[in-house]
Amino acid sequence: MKLEGKKAIWKDYQKEIADDKYFYVRSCVRQNFFPGSETAFLKILRDELKKDVYEHPCHTTCTGIGYHGDVVPFDTAMTVVARQFALMTESGYENLVPSCITSFGLYTEILETWHHFPETENKIREYLKKATGREFKIPKNLAHASDVIFKFRKEIAAKAKHKLINKNTGESLKVVEHIGCHYSKMFPSKGVGGAEYPYVLTGMIEEWGGEIIDYPERRHCCGFGFRQYLVQANRGYSIACSKKKFDSMEPYKPDMIITNCPGCPMFLDRWQYTIKEMEGKTYGQNGEGIPVFTYEEVAGLVLGYDPWDLGLQMHQTDCEPVLDKMGVGYDKSKKRELIINNE
Amino acid sequence: MKKVVVIGGGIAGMEGSTYLKSMGYDVTLIEKNSQLGGHLLKWEKLFPTMRLGKDVVNFLNDGIKISDVNVLLNTEVVKAEKNGNEYIIELNNGQKLNADAVLVATGYDTFNASQKEEYGYGVYDNVITSAELEELFTSGKTLTTPSGKVPKRIGFVHCVGSRDEKVGNIYCSKVCCVTAVKQSIEIKEKLPDVEVYCFYMDLRMFGMHFEALYREAQEKWGINFIRGRLSEACENIDHSLVVKVEDTLAGKPLKMNVDLLVLMVGIVPSQGTKDIGRIFGLEFGVNGFLKSLDQHMANSNSNVPGIFYAGTCVAPRPINNTFVDARSAAVMVASYLENYKVEGRINTINN
Repeated sequence: MKLEGKKAIWKDYQKEIADDKYFYVRSCVRQNFFPGSETAFLKILRDELKKDVYEHPCHTTCTGIGYHGDVVPFDTAMTVVARQFALMTESGYENLVPSCITSFGLYTEILETWHHFPETENKIREYLKKATGREFKIPKNLAHASDVIFKFRKEIAAKAKHKLINKNTGESLKVVEHIGCHYSKMFPSKGVGGAEYPYVLTGMIEEWGGEIIDYPERRHCCGFGFRQYLVQANRGYSIACSKKKFDSMEPYKPDMIITNCPGCPMFLDRWQYTIKEMEGKTYGQNGEGIPVFTYEEVAGLVLGYDPWDLGLQMHQTDCEPVLDKMGVGYDKSKKRELIINNE
Repeated sequence: MKKVVVIGGGIAGMEGSTYLKSMGYDVTLIEKNSQLGGHLLKWEKLFPTMRLGKDVVNFLNDGIKISDVNVLLNTEVVKAEKNGNEYIIELNNGQKLNADAVLVATGYDTFNASQKEEYGYGVYDNVITSAELEELFTSGKTLTTPSGKVPKRIGFVHCVGSRDEKVGNIYCSKVCCVTAVKQSIEIKEKLPDVEVYCFYMDLRMFGMHFEALYREAQEKWGINFIRGRLSEACENIDHSLVVKVEDTLAGKPLKMNVDLLVLMVGIVPSQGTKDIGRIFGLEFGVNGFLKSLDQHMANSNSNVPGIFYAGTCVAPRPINNTFVDARSAAVMVASYLENYKVEGRINTINN
């Protein structure tokens, strides 16, 4: 592996990321899957970095899951997204920051469509006006929430209470980064680092002390793939995809996995449990699983937030091995309490 | 004596210079490198006969020597202007040359394989280009991977940077298919136990004996040809590569490990071709090569009177075609300089 080769590619895929005044749109599913992540993002942006982030209570789904699951037509998706743009415009914001990778991909696809087919944009403007009476401006800047954390990775590192370093050995933690398919595979120029060697998570991991693992199935789908999971009969394929990735990364002995998509951490986390139950197979060290995190959770740990405030008790694959290596303190009994109360 | 400046000292420039000088013109051949021969210097054996590349270089050098062409090495054109029917050409060493005609033979570059990011060239240790493999052959060194291992399985990826809309090159580079066949055979000659797989879209065996070489590769050497484009290459923990490809004849995806992956890089207009085109105000075609005045009847003529083309600055060509093209261009230069009666036909095209 030649790092210089990757760096040369990264140089070709820089993107503009606004530095303040964000209109933040949440994901449909992340608050159930990893409930502390979006809260952590807002806390980091508002409290640590003193940024202006606004959320609108009337924001809805972008229809991305339905669109990619082939049940929502593109015109409908575009009109719903046009409404989100209208909410942003009415709120006086111009920089749109979606929490969800699929939303980011859909917004990007729609903006590119309108760029190349202005008549489609005009048609959607008419639809929105007729349906809701609303009008909108095109976002001045569209960045995924992981782009924003990437932008401020050095500021976060400067405030770090913990690094991605094994405190017992002094060695960097070995990290697998998994990028959501809709981040840059459709539009490589819209993602930090492009589609083949995305840099968005790698940049964070490097800055916070970790070491990236490049394993053969790095580009492979996490197993969500929408129809792979949403159609019940396909779920065997879903877990097979995840297993393929685990088998591929196992020889590198990763300490953790970091993701930037709603579905990926869900499937990489939960399917490890399922594989253990089905096959008795685990992929981490000492018979444990490989802990899976969102980038907000990792940023939160680096900044010294309490693991249970970050929602790590909701992970099916225990995070404690990584917490122990990083030297993050935690209250074992509180975790159990939180889980029982949640149940 | 009328003066001709030939720009580019590869096959086309050398052969064009040789014949122009032999016709009685005062010829100066300009070459930016320290040696004449161009890409051919790095090529050990040539398809389809396996003749040594250096035999052809020697033949070309003999021509230059016998006809006594004035050669300027380590020299580049930086500026040109027209004074009447004459060109005044300024070189990077400050020297100025007068020319009644200019023959552009600035050739090609190989496609920058790192643009096909998914193949991992420049990122993974054991991904190399066909040009680099040929240099390895020419060096006479033992064939090992860049990681230092004697390969057991080698993959060739055809059409890297050719017939590929994603990188903006929709044309066929013409020479890569048969080069892969040739290089596969050479590998089997050197390492009989190695398994060789060629991943291709089409095999364009258009030249005389190309098809026979392709058959020999399969029947005599057991080289495997898989029809399907590679989707990606990734690196294993032991630095071997895992490639994913669709086998379109078997109708199924295929995944295999190879110790060495050779990318058959296509032909693109050289930087020199682009620079000279700009300096002389020449027209470029849609694929970025210099545009002939007419593709059928005036291949060697440009849009600028007195400026002529030879070789791969116009389009990808194998060596035999480049020889023919260079000699043909010499005739067209002479026709222009002597104002043969038939030149009127060219002027008709021009008009």
